[in-house]
Amino acid sequence: MSQVNDFAFKIATVNGTGSASANTLLMTSIFRMGIPVTGKNIFPSNIQGLPTWYEIRVSGDGWNARRAQIDLVVAMNPETYKKDIASVTAGGYLIYDSSWPLPADLVREDITILGVPCGKMCVEAFERDRDRVLLRNIVYAGAVAALLDIDMNVVDELLKETYGRKPKLLDANHTAVRLGYDYTRANLQCPLPIRLERLDKTKDCILIDGNTAFGLGAVFAGATVGGWYPITPSTAMMDAFANFCKKYRTTPDGEKNYIVIQAEDELAAAGIVIGANWAGARAFTSTSGPGISLMQEFIGLAYYAEIPSVFVNVQRTGPSTGMPTRTQQADLFSCAYASHGDTKHICLYPSDPKELFDMAPVAFDLAERFQTPVFVLSDLDIGMNDWMVPKFTWNDGYVPDRGNMLTADDVEKLGKWGRYQDTGGGIPSRTLPGSGGKGAYFTRGSGHNLNAAYTEDSAEYRAVVDRIALKFTTAAGEVPRAVIEKAPGGSDIGIIAIGSTNGAVREAIDRLAKQGVSCDYCRIRAFPFGADVVEFLESHEKVFVVEQNRDAQLRSMIGIETGTPFSKMISVLDYGGLPLVPRVVVDAVVAQMAGVQQ
Amino acid sequence: MTSIAKPPVRHPSLGKNALGFTRRDYEGAMSTLCAGCGHDSVTAALIQAFWELDVPPHRAAKMSGIGCSSKTTAYFMKQSHGFNSVHGRMPSLTTGANAANRDLMYIGISGDGDSLSIGLGQFCHAIRRNVQMLYLLENNGVYGLTKGQFSASADVGSTSKKGEPNIQKPIDPALLALSLGATFVARSFSGDKAHLVPILKAGLKHNGFAFIDIISPCVSFNDHEGSTKSYKHTREHEVDLAPVDFVPLRREITAKQGPDAGVTSVTMHDGSILRFRKTAREYDPTDRGAAASHVRACSERGEVATGLLYVEEGGEEMHALNRTVAKPLVELPFEELCPGNARLQELMAEYR
Ligand SMILES: Cc1ncc(C[n+]2csc(CCOP(=O)(O)OP(=O)(O)O)c2C)c(N)n1
Ligand code: SF4
Ligand SMILES: [Mg+2]
Repeated sequence: MSQVNDFAFKIATVNGTGSASANTLLMTSIFRMGIPVTGKNIFPSNIQGLPTWYEIRVSGDGWNARRAQIDLVVAMNPETYKKDIASVTAGGYLIYDSSWPLPADLVREDITILGVPCGKMCVEAFERDRDRVLLRNIVYAGAVAALLDIDMNVVDELLKETYGRKPKLLDANHTAVRLGYDYTRANLQCPLPIRLERLDKTKDCILIDGNTAFGLGAVFAGATVGGWYPITPSTAMMDAFANFCKKYRTTPDGEKNYIVIQAEDELAAAGIVIGANWAGARAFTSTSGPGISLMQEFIGLAYYAEIPSVFVNVQRTGPSTGMPTRTQQADLFSCAYASHGDTKHICLYPSDPKELFDMAPVAFDLAERFQTPVFVLSDLDIGMNDWMVPKFTWNDGYVPDRGNMLTADDVEKLGKWGRYQDTGGGIPSRTLPGSGGKGAYFTRGSGHNLNAAYTEDSAEYRAVVDRIALKFTTAAGEVPRAVIEKAPGGSDIGIIAIGSTNGAVREAIDRLAKQGVSCDYCRIRAFPFGADVVEFLESHEKVFVVEQNRDAQLRSMIGIETGTPFSKMISVLDYGGLPLVPRVVVDAVVAQMAGVQQ
Repeated sequence: MTSIAKPPVRHPSLGKNALGFTRRDYEGAMSTLCAGCGHDSVTAALIQAFWELDVPPHRAAKMSGIGCSSKTTAYFMKQSHGFNSVHGRMPSLTTGANAANRDLMYIGISGDGDSLSIGLGQFCHAIRRNVQMLYLLENNGVYGLTKGQFSASADVGSTSKKGEPNIQKPIDPALLALSLGATFVARSFSGDKAHLVPILKAGLKHNGFAFIDIISPCVSFNDHEGSTKSYKHTREHEVDLAPVDFVPLRREITAKQGPDAGVTSVTMHDGSILRFRKTAREYDPTDRGAAASHVRACSERGEVATGLLYVEEGGEEMHALNRTVAKPLVELPFEELCPGNARLQELMAEYR
């Protein structure tokens, strides 16, 4: 078994013991060797003391999905030995800390078990208890480096960059990584058949998580107000926004060109965002499912009173508190149809951090153009995991689309103005508070007519809500189009997916093609669904709808919104909380095709 | 809640203020509240205060939640943008609007249901953030709009229209605001315009969150014998502090108005002066602890403490605390906000 640049390994540790830096070190080293790599953090909802895993997939071909098959497990947590040993693929490898013996009943004959006395070496090399615990991680990183043939120059360079300004720390880390590396080289056969070889495939790429990406994108898109309430897995997004603002938006006098308000709850966060947008700022919130639930009433207000606002939902596993550190795509309904009464909202479905960055200006533009809430549906996988994506670029010619916004003079020239009158495509025009003149109007969530006056008259009420519906139809032609990839010569079989499952679905399609099953692929990037999505649905006999929720929410939305017969849409559902693996899709398609042939 | 045509808010003179506006220019849509509702009197007092202060109507923003009280933002200053939002959430909305445009004069109108039950959290946190705004709580002891249920400000023993006594202890919003660190806390009465107007003016000029609890009787559901929020009960049990004069900056302090011995005066952020007229009672409106004791002592005696209870100038409102630029964020040009591609490319090197 030789798998050069094509394998996955997993590191099992205890959270709160400092393994993150060792895992990042390994992943970044591989990346710097020019080899495509992705990391998935499978962590507990806890601060310290519970099992945590980090999965690193190496793929010379650039596949970035999580892999079902784990070729090497670094088992540093005795509590999960049993599970970890069982998770190694036959013929694979296990590294454990041989400072303590491995229970005999756990030994497997079909894998190679390698002992490295990480703990013992740390006790001998370091004085302080804290160092002994923290640096044990760096020791296993050294061992992995030896086994996989990671370039130690790259490792040294990274350590220097990280700890350059703290010589003592640098020294300790250096010692630790060498302990693991040298021991492994001297006592075990290195490298393993699963190993690395330098490539040149990462030089135009970066390693980044989605929360950082959108936080940065919001700065570039001109957001000035952030209102939020902390919640996993979205918290790092507003932190990133604040940090980038600090860096780029602080005047020479130390004054801030922005404000980030940590609200008392998500209701208030939504209020802050809506109030700020009403007053003319670009404002957004980052949250997760429970937060979206709390924001429902305010979302309806923004919808009906037609106030731009951007809500980023970094989805986690629901319902209720659910599994806060696991991923899912199960808030499709709760965002698309958020709030009571007839409501429908523009939703964007980014697939990775790069797209999340690119969608930041798109989200604000759509919100202001259509004067409505816009939801960006990220998820824990995109938001918190490290993705290898192309470097971000910014078009310096970008001008924010502030939509149909009138000044006092504009209103004066119009002579007669009504806030909720259609100016084309169902879109009204708005004025900002403070603008003066005849542009003042009264914003209300209660019944209003086209001139923003209170009403309880059926016809007047309908004129407004029908226009809002028209606006939504217009939006279908202006939201990001689907990404459609056709098999050579095309196929009758289509696969539809959204968001973070993109990598797994594309890999599955590749594997299916190799098995003689060709599929066309449509990755929906927004709601309302555009004509391209409808065309794709109509032109395929059978469409597999892949999504990470139990109730086939995407399939339902497609059926309801496009009238596509449910009978031609086959659900592929994966909702256990982990990033999708290609095998799920391959198996579902193959099983279905076999059934058809019988 | 009636559709009977009523004259718009009455005013005796149609004189012009410094901006050339008459009081009529500060009016809004016709009120649809019940005839005699305390909230309409508050609206009238607001119109007078804005007119007397020469506030350019378009530079004010009127914010409210839901309730009869919250409806009143439509009944004054039709040349201002207004926002009648959702129940109990006006504080966060105003926080956001103020975050975006700090140059507008924000006036938030709420009710005792809106602020002390569903919106209690938002009320408290707007105080903690010290959002620059005038916050009026039109307090009638009931939920007017949903037809007379007790609110959280109803006193123990105060009876409903049907004679049921309230059994739960009330939340006193003035005491709450004092304990949360509000820097301007007052209580007034919708039935006493002369008392209310100067306090409104002072509140509008206050640097930071200015809170006024206004006893504002609900004639339809809580103005009967046995109610402690009725006109009669309030008049009979009101214990007022020293009357306040508000002397705006631009008006010269004449000999008659000039500081005289025994008069406490507080200079406001913009240079205006608050003068507390001399009374028999010793009271220091800049002593938070004393203010709280006074309110509590009155309430224990079944009295209603009114007046400008506490004022502290020189505090830091939300933007000062945040160190936001002086220019409203909405006025910053995009070029100042977007770092541009060159800096993005520099940053990208850090993600390798
Ligand atoms: C979420 C929500 N729950 C309930 C209501 C119904 N509601 C409307 S006004 C109101 C109470 C208002 O009381 P208060 O704030 O004291 O105002 P008042 O009418 O007494 O001036 C209630 C419960 C609502 N509008 N929204
Ligand atoms: S019900 Fe009460 S609070 Fe409402 S308008 Fe009538 S009198 Fe005023
Ligand atoms: Mg009330």
